[in-house]
Amino acid sequence: MTQPATDGPLLLQMSGIGKSFFGVPVLSDVDFELRAGEVHAVLGENGAGKSTLMKILSGAYRPDAGTITLEGQPVTFRHPRDAQIKGISIIYQEFNLLPERTVAQNIFLGREPRRGPIVDRRAMDSATGRLLAQVDPSGTIAPDDLVAHLSVAQQQTVEIAKALSFDSRILVMDEPTASLSPHEVEALFGQVRVLQKKGMGIVYISHRLREIYEVADRVTVLRDGRKVATVGVTETNMSDLVRMMVGRDLEDYFPPHATSEELGEVMMAVRDGNVTRRLHDINFEVRAGEILGIGGLAGSGRSGLAEALFGVAPFDSGAIELGGERVHIRSPRQAVRRGVAFLTEDRKAEGLVLSLSIRNNMLLAMRSMGRLLDSRLPHPVSVRELAANVDLRATSIDQEVRFVSGGNQQKVVLAKWLATRSRVFIFDEPTRGIDVGAKAGIHDLMRSLARRGAAIVMISSELPELLGMSDRILVMRNGSIQGELPSGATEDDVMFMATGEKASVPA
Amino acid sequence: MTDLTSLRPKTRLVLIGRKILRAGSAPIFVVLGVIYLLASIVVSVANEGTLLSIDALESVLSRSVGLGIVAMGQTCVLIVGSIDLSVSYLISVSATYSSAIMNDDPNKMALGVVVVLAIGALVGLANGLVITKLRVNPFVATLGMSFILSGVLNASFQDYSGAVPDQFQYLAYGYFGPILVPFILLGGVVAAVWILLRYTTMGHHMYAVGGSEEVARLSGIKSHRVIIAAHVICALTAVVTGLYLAARIKSGAPWIGPDGNYSLESIAAVVLGGTALSGGRGGVWGTLAGVMILFVLDTSFNSLQVDEFLQNVARGVIIIGAVAVYTYRINKRRR
Repeated sequence: MTQPATDGPLLLQMSGIGKSFFGVPVLSDVDFELRAGEVHAVLGENGAGKSTLMKILSGAYRPDAGTITLEGQPVTFRHPRDAQIKGISIIYQEFNLLPERTVAQNIFLGREPRRGPIVDRRAMDSATGRLLAQVDPSGTIAPDDLVAHLSVAQQQTVEIAKALSFDSRILVMDEPTASLSPHEVEALFGQVRVLQKKGMGIVYISHRLREIYEVADRVTVLRDGRKVATVGVTETNMSDLVRMMVGRDLEDYFPPHATSEELGEVMMAVRDGNVTRRLHDINFEVRAGEILGIGGLAGSGRSGLAEALFGVAPFDSGAIELGGERVHIRSPRQAVRRGVAFLTEDRKAEGLVLSLSIRNNMLLAMRSMGRLLDSRLPHPVSVRELAANVDLRATSIDQEVRFVSGGNQQKVVLAKWLATRSRVFIFDEPTRGIDVGAKAGIHDLMRSLARRGAAIVMISSELPELLGMSDRILVMRNGSIQGELPSGATEDDVMFMATGEKASVPA
Repeated sequence: MTDLTSLRPKTRLVLIGRKILRAGSAPIFVVLGVIYLLASIVVSVANEGTLLSIDALESVLSRSVGLGIVAMGQTCVLIVGSIDLSVSYLISVSATYSSAIMNDDPNKMALGVVVVLAIGALVGLANGLVITKLRVNPFVATLGMSFILSGVLNASFQDYSGAVPDQFQYLAYGYFGPILVPFILLGGVVAAVWILLRYTTMGHHMYAVGGSEEVARLSGIKSHRVIIAAHVICALTAVVTGLYLAARIKSGAPWIGPDGNYSLESIAAVVLGGTALSGGRGGVWGTLAGVMILFVLDTSFNSLQVDEFLQNVARGVIIIGAVAVYTYRINKRRR
């Protein structure tokens, strides 16, 4: 192991950590250490085991193997509260805050200062004020503000203040910049440095390499549930980190792009599309055989665009053309009738009925297109053929879909849309929550779908995926399309367009 | 800097005003005021009666007392994200058993009160335990409880049973100084629940459990206890309503709870007052306004001799409309 960048005392040592779910190993033999005053980044693709490792650290999961030592003392956590009391706080991407309660009520939830049974509001507010002063020096947040009225960045500040209130020695931040503007990211890094100076150890989970260079001292890379390496950030460069993370070079990781002969007619076009306050002047075309990538930060309007195309939140003005013909798409039903398919980001909530079988899920969209009294299917379809088409691996097509893996669930959603004979496919984060091995399978399916003449619009916040899969990339910012990039673009190009800023990176 | 100090009183007022407007139940008070005014104008023009007179106000409020008390308990239950459909029958249980036990004997008043409060606490405890430990959906659990209570009631009593002593009727008709005792009773329950929800840790935890049981759990809150406590409080308020009704009509009968439709009406009042059915949001003042709206409507329709069915249509429209407005406001904020 390389020398740590800081020489603070060792706060935390996790060694030989292993964890399996239903016999599938998610983590095996992972070592991790953290020193006081250090920012230690954990880097890895989705499914690499970052979250599982952190859930073990925070007491949400118990490890099957390995030990955790805190400042020399071996510990076991049975409950997140145990870890919290021992000085470990975690800020999840989804904040653990109650929107309808005040900042102070949230910070002191479950341990309100009190006199008898009565909450000592004044003590609680003034303690909150002192905590906020450390992380919000400009005083934008008041203890009695309702959390629902705060911005995402402010809510994160509240989470940090909450961690401080526990006198935490260790703070885990899970993708803290996922939905922040560049300006807010700077402010967050300022807060991180304040905590660092206080001697806290910070675990910083991210897959944004640039941030790791800006804020971290050391980085541990995980891949497929194993630790690849722990290195000081000054001793490495981005391409090394990418190689460690992905395990191979980017070039051979994705199926080949479309050649110019493979591109066909314009399948879908949007002219001057607008959604009040959400999307402005949307203009683009996507061709048969093409995968059009949509990039941008969270909140830039990517998902809003998908919803507009599929009629969930339709355009207020402008036009959608399918195969050169102007169409009205005012509801998902109209979109489906016209051969548009939407593979949502949250498969479990929006793409599948978890309690139905694979078969019934596959036929769900097509059946609903039948007429009221005519229960026959609009066209004959073979479920087995559909399953074979998407390379579905399940014990039985009568299995409830909740029991199959994330990758196979995505294939079921895709099969559902193949059954309706869709021609335009909108993928929102196609491989989110899917493990690395299965990702490649989904990517191959998407490419072969395009080769068979489908037009694909793919939203992705994972830059390698966006760059590796897209034949063309549109980058969105503040609800409009900021620009277009060719398939050979770099991560820098995308981020520059997405943020409007050129972030400085140490080489 | 000097400007700031001179501005302070004004900004302070503005801030307070903003806070009131931001409070979840703000619109319902506006609605209450508007409905009250409209109703009083219509009634005074059409009938030459006045809704605004002290007498009329007193009669409206006195009829609201029974519903108001149990609606306070229902508020707690809805805030933790649960629901209680068994209060109607529990009200009957309280009224019949208390009057049967007292049996016109002033010496047995305390006994009657204590026994029905104990029964109420047990019913609330049972509701809470079934919901938290057996994980039965609160709708089903309390619906089942209301069947059980109705069966027990009908097996025990066929008609008015026993009677409360005259002294006990002080609760319904007495005056404490210039104020009717029922108002003091309602005021006491409102104040108690208000203090509970706003100032105690238990109250804070009720909002937390209803807002997100996961967040509450991760904060070390024992969510089961909080849910059970809410159900016990609700059952106790139902018992108090039952005692009040017994005092009002001298004797309890098995049908007084269900005939008053207290389960659904209390839920309607709470929801009308801006408390979310999904929990985590709301409070006593909104509920109080909700109760008053329902009864202002009733009295004005009654004095206009509007058909009862039409009254129900109007109530339905107002309840649905109010909740639609809340939902719209919340969605607007989230956008």
